[in-house]
Amino acid sequence: MIRSHRKILSLSSIALFATLAFAATVHSHWDHVPAKDRARSNPLTGQPQAVAAGALVYSDHCAECHKADARGDGHKRPSLRSDHVRSATDGDLEWFLRQGDLAHGMPSWSSLPIEQRWQLVAYLKSIQ
Amino acid sequence: MPCLSNAKRRWIQVLPVVLPLMAFALSSHAQEKPYFVTYSHDLEEPGNLDLETKTAFAQPGGSTHYGATALELEYGVRAWWTSELYLDGQATAQDSTIFTGFRIENRVRPLMRDHIVNPVLYVEYENTSGADKTILEVVGHDSQSDLAEPNGESRREHQHEAELKLILSSNVRDWNISENFISEKNLGHDPWEFGYAIGAARPLRGAAASRSCTFCADKFIAGAEAYGGLGNTAALTLRDTSHYIAPLIGWQLPKGLRVSFSPGFGLTSTSLARVYRVGVAYEFNQIGNWFHPANGGAQ
Repeated sequence: MIRSHRKILSLSSIALFATLAFAATVHSHWDHVPAKDRARSNPLTGQPQAVAAGALVYSDHCAECHKADARGDGHKRPSLRSDHVRSATDGDLEWFLRQGDLAHGMPSWSSLPIEQRWQLVAYLKSIQ
Repeated sequence: MPCLSNAKRRWIQVLPVVLPLMAFALSSHAQEKPYFVTYSHDLEEPGNLDLETKTAFAQPGGSTHYGATALELEYGVRAWWTSELYLDGQATAQDSTIFTGFRIENRVRPLMRDHIVNPVLYVEYENTSGADKTILEVVGHDSQSDLAEPNGESRREHQHEAELKLILSSNVRDWNISENFISEKNLGHDPWEFGYAIGAARPLRGAAASRSCTFCADKFIAGAEAYGGLGNTAALTLRDTSHYIAPLIGWQLPKGLRVSFSPGFGLTSTSLARVYRVGVAYEFNQIGNWFHPANGGAQ
């Protein structure tokens, strides 16, 4: 009896640890964004024209990898209609566009003017 | 010396511009700077192939005018690594049209994050003849007299060169500011030669238009670059070096075509008085996917 209780306790501990580890992984996606960048809000929020322009910027620069519907290819090119993007602040997304993730294939888009990056953020938020 | 007719000469000069325009039918593009000599830290997107012609038109003092084209195939191996192959050729009036060699280059971003100043390491192997006139860089004591020799003589000189560049580049607001430090070594002989290139460019408008348009200000990038030689290890001096300043304009056309133009002006007596450059580029997206079975490609 005691042995089975121990077993349940051990399994519960492992499950709890795995859940916490998973949760930590989920949240770590934006954890490395500097606080001042994360706190930035999109100056173009609420402007339909910014979303329309962002859709064109997306079509020009992002659709080739993330596909026209922003759902990615299911493999290396992730969907942008995801919890990761939904949970990101405007500042997180702008920072990530600017930095890219060179080690994992995402180019840096710091060469895009800041206005276009915000237009892109407005578009990405609009399709969630 | 064979003499080309005016019509044939004109055709040779426009060929590098016309051919790519005729050949391209797909669509896509990247935000590229219209620099001809200077490199920024922008690399090719991984999996994309950028095809570009860079043509220089000039007339060295005491010689006839020429058009020299470098056909550039630029491939994004990784987001931090771009590899390129250049095929060079030139046509000189009242002389001949010849292939002048090839170059292989690699550019690597050692830092995975974007910083105020972003370094890129550039390594190139160059196998060209002395008749190469593309002027993709100016180093050492390069002079317009090097470009004035008849093709029959200059093509006999073979240049096996290694070139290293340190590219420093920053994006400040909508401006890109890039500085390149160049060192080049003829592998057979000659000392190390040095040169520089600096450039600045920005789009005429930062915000993108909310509808597709061809002539919107955000489709144009303007700027300027300056480049020149800094002598060599035997004579590290600015004496008898060439220097140029060149305004730039780039235009992002629909369907992924990109056109750029730059009139360059020589600043010293050893420089060409003027050099006009025209670039036409097109980017092929994700060429690896073309052969993927899921896309109906080769299995």
